[in-house]
Amino acid sequence: MSARLDRIRGGAHASVRHDSAVGHVTGRSLYVDDMPNVPGTLEAALLLSPHAHARIRSIDVSAAMAAPGVAAVIVARDIPGRNDIAPIRTDEPLLPPELVEYEGQPVAAVAAQTLDQARAAAKLVKIDYEPLPPVLTIEEAIERDLYVSPPQLMTRGDIEAGFKSAVHRIAGEVHCGGQDHFYLEGQIALAIPGDGGDFQIFSSTQHPTEVQHGVAHLLGLPFNAVTVEVRRMGGAFGGKESQATIIAGVAAVLAWKTKRPVKLRLPRDDDMRATGKRHPFLIRYDCGVDADSRIVALDLVLAANGGNVADHTPAVITRALCHADNCYWLPNVRFRGLPCKTNTVSNTAFRGYGGPQGMIAIETVVDVIARKLGKTPDEIRRQNYYGVERNNVAPYGMTVEDNIVERMLDELDRVAGLAAWRESVAAFNRTSPIIRKGLATMPVKFGISFNRPALNQAGALVHVYTDGSVTLNHGGTEMGQGLFVKVAQVVAEAFQIDIDHIRLSATTTGKVPNTSPTAASSGSDLNGMAALNAANQIKDRMAEVAAEHFDVPKSEIVFASNRVFAGNRSVSFPELAAMSWEKRVSLSATGFYKTPKLHWDFATNTGRPFYYFAYGIAASEVAIDTLTGETRVLRAELLQDCGASINPAIDLGQIEGAFVQGMGWLTSEELWWDDKGRLRTHGPSTYKIPGSRDVPPIFNARILDDAPNREDTIFRSKAVGEPPLMLAISVWLAIRDAVASLADYKVAPDLDAPATPERVLKAVDAIRG
Amino acid sequence: MAIRFLLNGEWRSEDRVPASTTVLDWLRGTARLTGTKEGCAEGDCGACTIAVARPRRGALRYEAVNSCLMLVPQLDGCAVTTVEGLAGPDGALHPVQAALVEADATQCGFCTPGFAMAMFAYAQGGEPAEEPIIHEALAGNLCRCTGYRPIVEACRKIAGLPDSAAQIAPDLQGVQAGMDYRCGDQAYFAPRSLAEIADLRAQYPDAVVLAGGTDLGLLASKERKSFPVTISTAQVAELQRVLVGRDGIEIGAAVTYTEALPHIEQHYPAFGEIIRRIGSRQIRNLGTIAGNIANASPIGDTIPCLMALEASVTLYAKAGSRSMPVEDFIIGYRKTALAPGEVIASVHIPLPRPSQQFVAYKLSKRFDQDISTVIAAFSLSLAGGGVKALRAAFGGMAAKSGRAKHVEAAVTGKPWNAESLKDIDALMAKDFSPMSDQRGTASYRLRAAANLVRRLQFETGDQSAPARVEAL
Repeated sequence: MSARLDRIRGGAHASVRHDSAVGHVTGRSLYVDDMPNVPGTLEAALLLSPHAHARIRSIDVSAAMAAPGVAAVIVARDIPGRNDIAPIRTDEPLLPPELVEYEGQPVAAVAAQTLDQARAAAKLVKIDYEPLPPVLTIEEAIERDLYVSPPQLMTRGDIEAGFKSAVHRIAGEVHCGGQDHFYLEGQIALAIPGDGGDFQIFSSTQHPTEVQHGVAHLLGLPFNAVTVEVRRMGGAFGGKESQATIIAGVAAVLAWKTKRPVKLRLPRDDDMRATGKRHPFLIRYDCGVDADSRIVALDLVLAANGGNVADHTPAVITRALCHADNCYWLPNVRFRGLPCKTNTVSNTAFRGYGGPQGMIAIETVVDVIARKLGKTPDEIRRQNYYGVERNNVAPYGMTVEDNIVERMLDELDRVAGLAAWRESVAAFNRTSPIIRKGLATMPVKFGISFNRPALNQAGALVHVYTDGSVTLNHGGTEMGQGLFVKVAQVVAEAFQIDIDHIRLSATTTGKVPNTSPTAASSGSDLNGMAALNAANQIKDRMAEVAAEHFDVPKSEIVFASNRVFAGNRSVSFPELAAMSWEKRVSLSATGFYKTPKLHWDFATNTGRPFYYFAYGIAASEVAIDTLTGETRVLRAELLQDCGASINPAIDLGQIEGAFVQGMGWLTSEELWWDDKGRLRTHGPSTYKIPGSRDVPPIFNARILDDAPNREDTIFRSKAVGEPPLMLAISVWLAIRDAVASLADYKVAPDLDAPATPERVLKAVDAIRG
Repeated sequence: MAIRFLLNGEWRSEDRVPASTTVLDWLRGTARLTGTKEGCAEGDCGACTIAVARPRRGALRYEAVNSCLMLVPQLDGCAVTTVEGLAGPDGALHPVQAALVEADATQCGFCTPGFAMAMFAYAQGGEPAEEPIIHEALAGNLCRCTGYRPIVEACRKIAGLPDSAAQIAPDLQGVQAGMDYRCGDQAYFAPRSLAEIADLRAQYPDAVVLAGGTDLGLLASKERKSFPVTISTAQVAELQRVLVGRDGIEIGAAVTYTEALPHIEQHYPAFGEIIRRIGSRQIRNLGTIAGNIANASPIGDTIPCLMALEASVTLYAKAGSRSMPVEDFIIGYRKTALAPGEVIASVHIPLPRPSQQFVAYKLSKRFDQDISTVIAAFSLSLAGGGVKALRAAFGGMAAKSGRAKHVEAAVTGKPWNAESLKDIDALMAKDFSPMSDQRGTASYRLRAAANLVRRLQFETGDQSAPARVEAL
C-alpha cells in the first residue's frame, strides 16, 4: 500500500455541502407541486368546518357536484375502507361522519379540472350544522376531565418526605403557547391510481410508511398495494409526520373515486387551520428547596392542549415528563401529564416533541427559586446539576452516564466571559430607565431515541453497479436537514470512495419497508447505521473477490482512496465492482439497524428510553422596552454537543436554525383563537416567525470539540435536529431576567410564553406594582 | 393587444391569459417555470419573489416583487427575471447563487429561489453591505430552516454587482405598453392620462383601480377572485411624479413607496423609518402611498403620519379637482370621501416648520413586515420648555386612524415633562376605545399608546438613555 493516500472526498466528519444546494439555488430541485403533470390530473380542495364544535345534521353535495369542472366530491360516507388515520390510537376520522370538533377540520373535499374550480366548488358543499358549545382552554378541559388519552404519572422517591425536609416552598403556574411549523412548502400529496388497483402516492411526508398505512386503511387495501414516495420536503419540523396522512388520504380517496390522479395542495390558510401544531402547555409547579438551594421535592402538572384527538399527544406528554428534569438531580418527584382534549386543531409532533415544554417547567422553577432566594439562576443550577458518580439517575430510572453539562458551561464561560458579560448588563441597567437588558444561560440535556423502543429501527438498500457507482436508499426522509448527504458520507466512508459516486434516491416504501418516521432527531443515527450495515455486507463480499484476485487473506484487503489494496497492489473500486459481477457476487444489500440497550415500561413510565443524551448550553442577552414590551435579542452564544459530528457544516445549520425557530416560539409567534375557537393567525401576515433582523447581531454557534459519543453510534456522532431548539429558552429566561431587574432581581416576573410585547409589558407593569 | 414582456431574456407575447391571473400562477402553470414557489399567496413569505425591471420615468432597474400579488398585465413592457434566468447559458451559477451555495445557506431549499431574487435585486442597487440594509433587503423573505445567518453572510458578499438592467434597456426601449388588454370576460386598461382614467371610471363604474396592486392582488391570489374590469394607474406619467416645492412634497398617486421614500425621509426621517417597515421591499416596489390612503385601513401605516403632518390629498374629477386634508378624507373603516368619478391624483405633505419635530412609532410583534398593533405619529412644537403644539395621530386604536385630541389638548401649553403626562392613560381612553384582536388586546393598545406619548417626551426631552430596543 502506497505511503500517502488521498483522503476521499466527502467521508465521515467532512463539511460536505447539502447534496441539493445547487438544485435549491437554481430552482431545479423538484418538490411535489413541481413535478411534471401526469395527464388528466385533477386538482383538489378541502371544505373546512367553520365551527369549533358542531353536529352535522345533513350534507348536500349536489350544488358542488354540478359546478363547472367538478369530478368528485367526497364526505365521510364516501370512504370505502376504515375512516381512521390516527397514528397512535384509533380516534381520528379523515372526514368526520357526524361531529366536527375543531374550526378548520376538513369535512368535505372536491376534485376538479382546475384548482380554482375545486376551490370554488368546495364552497358550494352545503352542510347543516348544529353548533355545540366548544371547550377551548386547558383549564376547562381539566375541570371537566376531558382527555384525549389517559393521564400519565411519573414518580420517584417520597415527595411528601421531600416537602417535609424543605426550607422553602414555591408554587405557581406558567403557560407556554403552541407553534405553527410554518414549513415554507405547505402540505401536499399527489395520488395516482395504478395497475391492478395499486396506488402511487407522492407525499410531502416525514413518515411515508404511516401515509402508506393510512391510505391502505382508507381504501381497504393491503399495505403492498400502496407505494409512497418522497424525494424532499420544503421543511417539515414534525408537522409532516402524522399530518401528511390527512392530505394524502383525501387525495387518495378522491383518486380512488375518480380513477384519475389527484393532487391536493393546501393553501397556507387551510394548512394552518386544518393541521396540528406544537402543544401549548399549562404548567403548575409546587417545589420544595432545602437550605443548600437543592430541589428536594418537585410536584409538576404538565397539562398539554392535545386538541380534539390524541394524534401524538400521549407520546409528547411522555417526552415532556422525561425532560422536566433537564440537567438536574431531583430525588423526589411527582410529574403528572394531562393530555387535555379541547375543540381546537389536534396538536402534533414539533421539533422537541414535549421536551421544550418540560424544560420550560423546570427552568421556570429554577428561575423562581433564584429570585425568591436572592440568588442567580446559575447558582441554583450549580447546586442541582446531576452528579457523575452519584445523584445521577433520572426520575424515570435511567442512569445519566454521559453528563458533560458542567464541562460545557466552563467552555461557554471561557469563550463568552459570563461574569464580565453579566456585569456589563448590570451596568447598562443602572443608567437606563426605559430599556432594560437581561442575560440568561440555558443548559440542555435531551434524550435521543424514540421513547417507544420499537420505533428505533431502520433499513437501507445499497446497490453497487459495475462501473463503481453506488445507489443509496434508506427509510429516512430529506426535509432540508441534510440527512441524505450525511448518510451518503457514511457510505462513502465505508467504501472509501468519493461521495460524488453515490447517488441518493427518493425515499419510497417500495424499496425500504416498515420504516420509522424521520423524527426524534434520529434520522442519521438510525439510517446511517442501516446504510453502513448494507455497505459493509457488500464490501465484505467485494473483499473476498479481491482476496481471491490478489491471492491474499481477506483480512489484508484494504479499501482506501477510491481503490482496493492488497499490500502494494491495488485495483480501482470500479474494477473490483466489475470483477465481482464477473464472479457472480451480489453487489446489492439491504441493511438493518436497531438501537441497543432500550427498554420502556409505559405503565410506570420507567426504563431506559434513550440510548444517550445530547447536551448543549447557551447564553443570551436581550433588551426589553418597559414602555411597549418590545424585545430584541442582542447576543447569543451557543455550544452544542454533536459527538464526533458527521458533518459540522450541516450540524451548524441545524443548531442555528433550531435556535432561531425556538426563539420565534418564545417571542413573536403567537397563535390566537377568538372566543368561538376560530384561529385568527393562519397566515404569515398574522403569524410572525422570525425574520433575518430578529437574529441576534452577535450570534455565535459552536460545536463542542473533542467529544465523541461514548455510545457506539454512527462514527460516534450525536443527533442534532431537536436539541438546540431548547437553547432558545435562554432568550425567554433573559427576558424574565430583564423584567426582574425592575425589582432588583428579588421578584420572579409573571411572564408566560410567548413573550410578546403585550405579555412583557404586562409583566413589567405587574412587577412595578 | 397582447401583453409583451421579456422573460429571462426572451420576449413573450401573451393574449390568452385572463387579466386577473397572478404572475405566480402564470409562471408555474403556463410557463412551467416551477423554481418560483408559492409559500403563502399573500405577499408575506417571499418564496414567489421575482425581479422586474419596469421602465419608469426614464429609469430602469431590477426590483424585487411578489409574483403572487402581481397580475400578468402589470408585466406589459417590463423585463422579468426568475430564478431560472440567473445562471449563465453555460450553467455557471450567478454570483448570488454561488454565494448562497458557498455559505451553506440552503436547507430545505423552498425559500431559496425567492431569497436569490431578493438578493439579485439588492446586489445591483449599489447599496453597501451593511447589516441594517441587508435586513431591509431580506425582510420580505422568510426562511424557517437556516436561522438566516448564512443567508445574511451570502448577501454581504454579493453587494455591489453591476447593474444588469442596463443590458436589457435597449431591448425595452421603444416598447410601448398596451393601452388595453382583453381576454374572455376580463378587461385591463392602462390609460395614459388622468382624464382617460376618469372616462373609464365613468364607463365602468364597478371597475377596480389598480396602483401597485399589493392589496387588490390578495383578492386574486388568495380569494381567487377575478376582476371584470381593471384600470391601472401605472402608465399615467403625471401620476408618477414627485414634486418638491417650497410648500411641500407632492407625491403622484402612482409613485411607489420606494420612489417616494428618499423625498420623504429627507425632510421627515421618522416617516422614512415607518415606510421602511411597511410590508417589505417587494411590497414597497409596487405599492403606493395613494393606495394606502385609498384603502383607509385602520392600520395603514402612512395615514397617521400624514394626519400628524397635516397632509392633504388632491382628488381629480372631470368636473374639476379638489383637495382635502387626509384627516377628512378618511371617514370610516375602509371608507373614504372619494366621490364617484373621482381619482386620487396626489398626496401633498407640507415641509417641516421651524421648531416642528416629527416622530413616529410602530408597534408590532415583529419589527419587519408586520401589521401594526399600534402606530403613533406626532408633530410636536416645543417652546420655552413647554408644548406649543402637538398633533398626535394613531392607527390601530379605532375603526379608522385618528387624532388623540384629548391628549393633544391636555399637553398643549404645559411644561414638557413626565409629570404633565401622569393622566395620559385616562386621556387616551377618552380618545380611543380600541378592539381586542390577534395583534393585541384593547388594554394593551391603550396602555402602549399612552406609553408612546411618554416615549415621545423622553426622546424629545433632555434624556440621553435609549428608549427603543432597535437603537441598541
